[in-house]
Amino acid sequence: MTANTSLNSNKPALMLEARALTCVRGERQLFSGLNLAVSAGECLHVRGENGVGKTSLLRLLTGLSKAESGEVFWNGLAISKEPTQYHRELLFLGHRDALKEDLTALENLQLYAALDDVQLPEDKALAALWRFGLRGRECLPVNCLSAGQKRRVLMARMLTRQARLWILDEPFNALDIHAVQALQGLIAEHLEQGGLVVLTSHQEVSLPQVRTLDL
Amino acid sequence: MNALLAIIRRDLLVVMRRKSEALTALFFFVVVTSLFPLGIGADAALLRKIAPGVLWVAALLSTLLGLHRMFAADYQDGSLEQLALSPQPMVLLVVGKIIAHWIVCGLPLVLLAPVIGIQFDLDVSSLYVLMGTLLLGTPVLSLVGSIGAALTLGVRGGSVLLSLLILPLYIPVLIFGAGAVYANSIGLDASGHFSLLGALLILALAFVPWVSSAAVKIAIE
Repeated sequence: MTANTSLNSNKPALMLEARALTCVRGERQLFSGLNLAVSAGECLHVRGENGVGKTSLLRLLTGLSKAESGEVFWNGLAISKEPTQYHRELLFLGHRDALKEDLTALENLQLYAALDDVQLPEDKALAALWRFGLRGRECLPVNCLSAGQKRRVLMARMLTRQARLWILDEPFNALDIHAVQALQGLIAEHLEQGGLVVLTSHQEVSLPQVRTLDL
Repeated sequence: MNALLAIIRRDLLVVMRRKSEALTALFFFVVVTSLFPLGIGADAALLRKIAPGVLWVAALLSTLLGLHRMFAADYQDGSLEQLALSPQPMVLLVVGKIIAHWIVCGLPLVLLAPVIGIQFDLDVSSLYVLMGTLLLGTPVLSLVGSIGAALTLGVRGGSVLLSLLILPLYIPVLIFGAGAVYANSIGLDASGHFSLLGALLILALAFVPWVSSAAVKIAIE
């Protein structure tokens, strides 16, 4: 805990903010004038029916797509101005696993670490995979793993990525009860260390610092 | 720089695990170029004359076979989004993917060309010129092709559209590549052709990565 307080004290408070976001998909306006703010240690749970624009909102927050109007700010800076700095602190997990099927879980982790500029020694990567129940499967190609196991590889990536802001699209999909608990534990840990989380889920999320946004 | 090596290594590893796709393009090159001597017969003078054109056209087509894979697989499994969200400049990652494509689809053609050239009764100096033009020309093919591969991402029937888009752009490379070998075989100086191919390569290197990465960004949005 001491490490956390020192981190918080010498860094300005982390803050993700969106002002007056409007999202248009094709002819349809999904939402307009949407404001939100998430600060360090908070989790925002975006809820809503299918097709209401949850994924579109998350993609706007990552900067993958541009809003019709409005702007997203990270620590007070517009993310379109400083994308590299923002991406360094961001981890986005979408619907698709984004794992190379022909490579092993370990290789996938290591390649992403190299791309994300994160130092990841092999023992640390293995420890992360073992923590999520992939012991003995770390050297299998990912296409030999089940859907739930692939999501577990992604949980190992969350653990090793060292990002401050997690944006997770349906992270509980395809997970069994134990894995759901493990993921909730992982998110709680991240929040405790002063991280930020924005997620969508159709299930109830039992986390301490959770706020909900209904689209 | 680390990221560039990482992306090249990743793409080569994926190809190594699924060799069939890369080998298809190579076998295509070998088979097509071997059909001509078989079909035309033992007219050595004629074979020598058509060799540069046949080899270069086969090289264009076999490069084209592997092009649509350059970004499509990453686009489908969501890795392309993750690359766009990594703190690395997209241009660097696109350059890495182009280099990996060239190592898989271009470099083997350069190395195979002398063996294939023997079937066409090319002399040693022509073989050297052929290898030289391919060495300068195939990177241009991979570079220019990457624009098409990026533009046709997510398009149904993209690979046919890709051929229509990109083949016309390959014409200058074909003309100067085949022209150099022909010029050399009739005793002319081929250095002009080499200079032009080099100029094409430099031009493509200077502009294409930016164009392709812009096209990739549009595709993910």
